[in-house]
Amino acid sequence: MSTLLFYIFSLLTIVSAIGVVVSKTPINSILSLIATFFFISCHYILLNAQFLGIVNMIVYAGAIMVLFLFTIMLLNLNKDSEPQHNNFVKVSAVIASGMLLIVLLSAFKDTININHNTLAVVHTNQVGLLQNLGTVLFTKFLVPFEISSVLFIAGVVGAVVLGKKEIGE
Amino acid sequence: MTTYIIFKLILVLVLFAVTLGVAMYATYGERKVAAFLQDRIGPNRAGPFGLLQPIADGAKMFMKEEIIPNVSNKWLFILGPCIAITTALLTGAAIPWGNVININGANYSVQVADLNIGILYIFAVVSLGVYGIMIGGWASNNKYSLLGAVRASSQMISYELSMGLCIIAIVMMTGSASLNDMALQQNGSVWNIVPQAFGFILFLTCALAECNRAPFDLAECETELIGGYHTEYSSMKLGFYLFAEYINMFISAALISTLYFGGYDIPFVNDGDLSTNLAATLQVITMLGKTFFFIFVFMWIRWTLPRFRYDQLMKLGWNYLLPLAILNLVWTAVYVMFIQPLI
Repeated sequence: MSTLLFYIFSLLTIVSAIGVVVSKTPINSILSLIATFFFISCHYILLNAQFLGIVNMIVYAGAIMVLFLFTIMLLNLNKDSEPQHNNFVKVSAVIASGMLLIVLLSAFKDTININHNTLAVVHTNQVGLLQNLGTVLFTKFLVPFEISSVLFIAGVVGAVVLGKKEIGE
Repeated sequence: MTTYIIFKLILVLVLFAVTLGVAMYATYGERKVAAFLQDRIGPNRAGPFGLLQPIADGAKMFMKEEIIPNVSNKWLFILGPCIAITTALLTGAAIPWGNVININGANYSVQVADLNIGILYIFAVVSLGVYGIMIGGWASNNKYSLLGAVRASSQMISYELSMGLCIIAIVMMTGSASLNDMALQQNGSVWNIVPQAFGFILFLTCALAECNRAPFDLAECETELIGGYHTEYSSMKLGFYLFAEYINMFISAALISTLYFGGYDIPFVNDGDLSTNLAATLQVITMLGKTFFFIFVFMWIRWTLPRFRYDQLMKLGWNYLLPLAILNLVWTAVYVMFIQPLI
C-alpha cells in the first residue's frame, strides 16, 4: 500500500516539478511549484514525519508561495515583458546546473546500497512525531537549534530595517 | 479492522452531509439573525417560518446562467471555487465531535482522524484555502476582483501570525497538538477560557479576519469593490465561494469551542457516570450546541459592527494583535510554570 502511494506521489511530484520548468506563463509555474511542495509534504507524511510534512505545507506551500503568487499577480508578467537572456547567460546556466546535478548524483549514489532493513526502520520509527522531535531538538541538537533561531532573528531584523522608511522621506 | 474502516467511512459521509447542511442553514440563520437585529421579519415565504428558503436559494444557484468571462483564464477561473470548497470541507476531519462510541464491545472515536498534529493540520489546510480566493480573483481578469484577492490574501497572512501564537498558547496548556487531547484535558476540569480569556478574544478576532467576515470583510467590500474577488462569478461557482465561507465559519466556531470551551465536555455532568453511547450522543449534541452558539456570535458581530478601513485592519493586525498575542504567550508560560502546579 505505502509502496503504491510512494510511486503515485513520486510521479505527481516529478510531473509538477517539470511543469514548473516548462510552463510558459509564470502563474502556471507558481501553481505547479505549489503542487510540488504539496506532494513533497505527502512524502514526508508517508515517511511518518507528520510534523515536518505539515510544517512544510504551512510554511512553503502556504505562506511563501502566497507571497510569490502575490508578486506575480501584481506585476502581471506575460510573455512580451519577459526579459530575453543572451546566449552567454544561457550557456553558463546550463553548465552550472549540470555541475549541481553531478554533485547531487555523487552524493546520493550511496543511498542505492542501503539495505532494506534500515528502510524498514525509517518507516516504523516514531522520530518524526511532534513529541519526539521536540525532545530531540531540545536535548541532542539544542545548540544548532538555538543558533538557527538567532539566524531567524537576524533575518527578521534585516527585513524590518529594509522595510522601514527613513524619517522625512 | 473492517468495522473500523466502515465506521470511519460512515463518519466521513455523515460529517460531509452535516457540514453542508449546517452551511446551508447558516445562510438562513444569518438572514434571520440580521432581521432580528434590525427589527425586521426576515425570510418567511418558503415553507413554515421560511425554513425552505435555503433549498430555494440552492435551486436558484443551480438554475442560473453560468458565465465565464471571455478574457479570463478559463481553467484557473474554474479551479478557484474548487480549491475554496475542497479546503473548507477538509478541515472538519480533525475536529473531535465526541469522545468514543461503543459498537459490539469495541470503542470507536467520534473523530475522523485523531492526528497528533490536529491543530496544525487545520492550520495548513486553511493556509491552502487562500489560493482559492487568490486564483479566482486573478483569473477573473477584473481589477476589482484582483484587488479583492490581494486584500484577502494579505489579510489572511497577517492574521495567521497572531492566530498561530494564540494556538501555541493552547498547545502549551495542553502539552499536545492533538485536538482530542485538548478536549479531553478540559473534560471535567477548568475550561481553557478561564486562564486564556485574553487569548480567546485575540483568537476570535483573528478567526473573524481569517473567515473574511464583517467587520473584516474587506475582500468583498461592496461599497468599494462591487463584489470583491467573486465579482465575475455567477451560478454555482459563486455558490461554492459563499458555501466555503459558511463552512469556514462553522469550522472556526467548532475550533473555538474545542480550544476554549471544553470541546465536547458536557457542563456540570461527569461524563464517566453515563454509559458510553449515551455520553457520546450527549457530547455530540453539546459540541454542536456550542458551535451553533459561536456561529450566532459571528453573525451578531457582523450585524453590529461597521466595517474597518483597510489601513486600520492592517494596523490592528500588526501593531496591536501581534504584540498582544506574544504577551499572551508569555503569560501562558508563567501560568503553566508557576500557577498551574498550585491549583
